Amino acid sequence: MPLNVMSASDMGIGEAGLTAIFGYVVVFVGLLLLMVVLYIMGAVFKSKAKKAEALKAAEQAAAPAEAPAAEPEKPLAPGSAGHVKRFDVPDKEAAMIMAIVADQLKKPLNELHFVSIKEVKEDEV
Amino acid sequence: MNMLETLQNLLNDSGFVSFFADGGWKNLVMIAVSCLLLYLGIKKQFEPLLLVGIAFGCLLVNVSNFFVDGASSSNALYHPELWSAFLEEGGEYYHSYGHIMANGGLLDILYIGVKSGLYPSLIFLGIGAMTDFGPLLSSPKNLLLGAAAQMGVFLAFFGAVCLGFDGNQAASIGIIGGADGPTAIFLTSKLAPELLGPIAIAAYSYMALIPMIQPPLMKLLTTEKERKVKMEMTRQVSKTEKIIFPIVVALVVILLLPSTAPLIGCLMLGNLWRECGVTERLSDTVQNALMNIVTVFLGISVGATTVASSFLTLNTLKIVVLGLLAFCFSTVGGLLGGKVMYIVSGGKVNPLIGSAGVSAVPMAARVSQKVGQKANPSNFLLMHAMGPNVAGVIGSAIAAGFLLAVFK
Repeated sequence: MPLNVMSASDMGIGEAGLTAIFGYVVVFVGLLLLMVVLYIMGAVFKSKAKKAEALKAAEQAAAPAEAPAAEPEKPLAPGSAGHVKRFDVPDKEAAMIMAIVADQLKKPLNELHFVSIKEVKEDEV
Repeated sequence: MNMLETLQNLLNDSGFVSFFADGGWKNLVMIAVSCLLLYLGIKKQFEPLLLVGIAFGCLLVNVSNFFVDGASSSNALYHPELWSAFLEEGGEYYHSYGHIMANGGLLDILYIGVKSGLYPSLIFLGIGAMTDFGPLLSSPKNLLLGAAAQMGVFLAFFGAVCLGFDGNQAASIGIIGGADGPTAIFLTSKLAPELLGPIAIAAYSYMALIPMIQPPLMKLLTTEKERKVKMEMTRQVSKTEKIIFPIVVALVVILLLPSTAPLIGCLMLGNLWRECGVTERLSDTVQNALMNIVTVFLGISVGATTVASSFLTLNTLKIVVLGLLAFCFSTVGGLLGGKVMYIVSGGKVNPLIGSAGVSAVPMAARVSQKVGQKANPSNFLLMHAMGPNVAGVIGSAIAAGFLLAVFK
């Protein structure tokens, strides 16, 4: 329904004053209504964000109670019997070292059990 | 071919002769006014994007339009009498765009976009795409400052009625206090198109003068202690909230005041394009290309309405004065709202952000920042002032919607 409450030409000062006050009130009511809606919207999103944060915090709190993850298995040196741990030693070099040791000991490589191969740095000596 | 007769015809047809005809001096005055506006736009950079176009439109229309026996000259770019016929209820050409298209000049055709409300709505589309409503969403109470700062609209409306303007004209004059050019043009073109020229020029001139108009009022109405208040950071707003916001505003405001649909609808559609993240191309287009194109048409066609015979009247002077008062009272309203919030919040809100509620994005917010930083150099009010600033855009659109609903 249109709001044609008065014609433009016959407006008196009293009517103009009332229209001005009414108009100002309408602007306030409109924006107040919008404000309420935005606060409700904000509250919903804030509670969602809090829930997500609480869940994250709970997950983080639960994490230290678990056993520390096992150290990943070091790759086996090619050709050796059993497991051999390598520390900063590439495959090729490990294979060469094991071959040299076997040759020096005059034993077949598959009868030797290498536990680990580690490069000894100069500053560690 | 009679050379003398041809020369005589050329002379009679020239604008120079028309300056000496009855009322021709008014065109000379308007040409001087247009040169002044060009100076203000180019040299002083007062809203140059629009003012240069308006000023040149004013120049063109007053160079080409001389009234002979109540009708525009044959070469006129703009014909006020065609638009009078367009508005004459029961007349042969009432609301006949066809008549305008067939008989109008270039500026008449461009003016159709103003008359139909197309240009202001498209400008709002661009403004929506350029505006970040995040500061408002993080602190919705700022909407009340946007409402408080519409005080000038209604006081100027009342003042205009007291000065003898009719309701439609008074409503159009009052909306200058909204400090929102497209809204002022939209409302005036609907309610009082005969006043479009002076109202648009007053609105844009005062918007450009905000850095001069507001600071004295801000200092007058706030204490040093209030100006020094440092505001706390507001909460971070999520992307989803920003996407939902334009939809919610469109629903609430348009349902409340359906007459705001063209302005609020376009403002919120532009904002949705900006925030939804899947329409970057459209957002970019309305922010830049479309905005620029519409500004070209809007400026020149608003300038076209400044025809000497209708512009150089006492009413124009009244509009200029009432427009200034509207701006001042809107600033005062916003500041008083800010002071109330300062008291209610226990001194946590700096009342200077209230003056930004007069719309005029982002200039009014910058003024709040500048005045606040002057009082306390470590004060950063800009983001806080952007909340009331964008609330002012919605507030002035609601005020315009109300006036349109009452007087149309």
